[in-house]
Amino acid sequence: MTVSQRPKAPAKAKYSLRDTLMSYAFLAPALILLALFTFYPLAYGSYLGFTEYGGARFGQGLPPKWIGLDNFRTLIADPLFLKSMVNSVKYLIIVPVLQLASLAVAVLVNKNLPGMAFFRAAYYVPVVTSISLAAVMWDWIYNKDGTLNWILTNAHLIAKDSTFGWLNNELTAFWAVMLVTFWRGFGYYMVLYLAGLQGIPEELEEAAVLDGANAWKRFWSITVPLMKPTILLCSLLSTIAALRVLEEVLVLTNGGPLNSTYTALMYVYSKAFQGFNFDYGLASAAGLVVAAVALLLSIINFRVFRDDTGGGK
Amino acid sequence: MSLVQQGAPARATSPSRKNRKWGRLVVRYVVLIAVLLFAVFPFLWTLAIAITDKHGGGSIYDFPDSLFPRAVTFRNFVEVYNQFSLGKYIWNSISITGLTVIGTLLVSALAAYPLARFKFPGRDFIFAVIIATLVLPGETTFIVNILTLNKLGLLGTHLGVVLPTIAGAFGIFLMRQAFLGIPQALIEAARIDGAKELTILTRIMLPLTKPSLAALGIFTLVGAWNAYFWPMLVLSSAPDKAPLSVAVLRLKGQFNYDPFNIAAGSLIMMVPVLLVFLAAQKLFMRGMEGAVK
Repeated sequence: MTVSQRPKAPAKAKYSLRDTLMSYAFLAPALILLALFTFYPLAYGSYLGFTEYGGARFGQGLPPKWIGLDNFRTLIADPLFLKSMVNSVKYLIIVPVLQLASLAVAVLVNKNLPGMAFFRAAYYVPVVTSISLAAVMWDWIYNKDGTLNWILTNAHLIAKDSTFGWLNNELTAFWAVMLVTFWRGFGYYMVLYLAGLQGIPEELEEAAVLDGANAWKRFWSITVPLMKPTILLCSLLSTIAALRVLEEVLVLTNGGPLNSTYTALMYVYSKAFQGFNFDYGLASAAGLVVAAVALLLSIINFRVFRDDTGGGK
Repeated sequence: MSLVQQGAPARATSPSRKNRKWGRLVVRYVVLIAVLLFAVFPFLWTLAIAITDKHGGGSIYDFPDSLFPRAVTFRNFVEVYNQFSLGKYIWNSISITGLTVIGTLLVSALAAYPLARFKFPGRDFIFAVIIATLVLPGETTFIVNILTLNKLGLLGTHLGVVLPTIAGAFGIFLMRQAFLGIPQALIEAARIDGAKELTILTRIMLPLTKPSLAALGIFTLVGAWNAYFWPMLVLSSAPDKAPLSVAVLRLKGQFNYDPFNIAAGSLIMMVPVLLVFLAAQKLFMRGMEGAVK
């Protein structure tokens, strides 16, 4: 504890009044907005989860009434909520697939070959595409007469008279929505992995080549271990993103057909804002459940990918 | 077995190795092109539909004809612009995006300056709290924010869309990092000359951190222009104030919608973002990469 070199010396902090006032004046807009639109809703939304509130648009009816865990009991008894949660967990299947694909593509474009800059940029374009534009385009692709069915029938994978709309089919809609998430996501993670790859010293690769390691072996024994921090970050980001999928579902299927694409946040949204129930209490409770699961999955992610060699950041 | 094989190709090693190298290169490019098709096919098809003369007969589903329009026209763009008064929605998008970018830059720069440059009680705590917003689960915030906006009378206004989004940890953090990199001597010199803090911020700090400001501005611009869920929610009671992203989907939902016009309208929405992206591509990628390090 007797460390001598402490440049800040907090024991006798000398704050100038002028600096303090000025600092808070500059910070005021950010702090007020954060308090009003981030921290207050976090606290009040958590409270609402334990109340009966809503029934009228924007909660202009009765004030919130504390009902303890009743909302959570309602949720457990609601088959739609259970289906939404199962779907959200099922959506996590996308995480390893997306991460492996992004990493593989990143490895492919990481070489200094002609055209690589072009490929990188083109792969990133879906990332900067609005979800509404994605909805318009993929709707045509998934249509009964759309491109996907055209490709499949011409490849003789399905018969011409048995085509169907991929988003209207209870069995396929969920996966069709997931493919759009994949499409919009892989360029994003590719760039993150690319950054990680460029941090790997070239000498390591060269040494491995001299030792006779083939590409596959080099990938597993050099690339993957050194990329662990990036893989952790990406898998964490994509786990949370997968659990929070809402927009894709909303614009592509609105939860249908037969509720087969409902996700947890779609449930939160629809309870609060769709139809005429405006059940803000129940929706908030569902939001709390999703938040808890998100937290849990983040912790699991950290455990799985923790760098046990001690060399990580 | 291996002995036999090893003996024979002793002379042939070099060409066969070369072949294998070429083979690998070909495989690499084939895979990359396949991924490219997956990534950009939807855009190409939309573009093809948008410039197809719809009076030439045929539907958008005539493959592969619809991918290669025989008669090219730009009439769809004019038509969708006039029929759906797209100008109104374009203006809404510009208004929402402009307010968001200006607001974000302003709030972030103001907040970042003291966090980077001053000692004051509570500084580390405030910084920690701001960073914490990056990981706080916000699954219920949109519900309460709608209720708050309603109370403030901001529901159905562009300001209501913008205000909750402009104070973010990302912007404040980015600007703080930029400000930290500016030499203290420069600021001291300005103070000796009698400059006020606001002057130092606007005359010294901001000009010197233009690249960071530009990066933040472009990120915010693309995000705000493309945003769908939040503007849709806030403006659900004011359909005339909706941005393009919301309006385009509403067109698609219309009973007698015309895919050629929808494609044209969608492209009108995409073009600004695509131009910004192409111009600032390096910035984008580097900004993303910065997130890892």
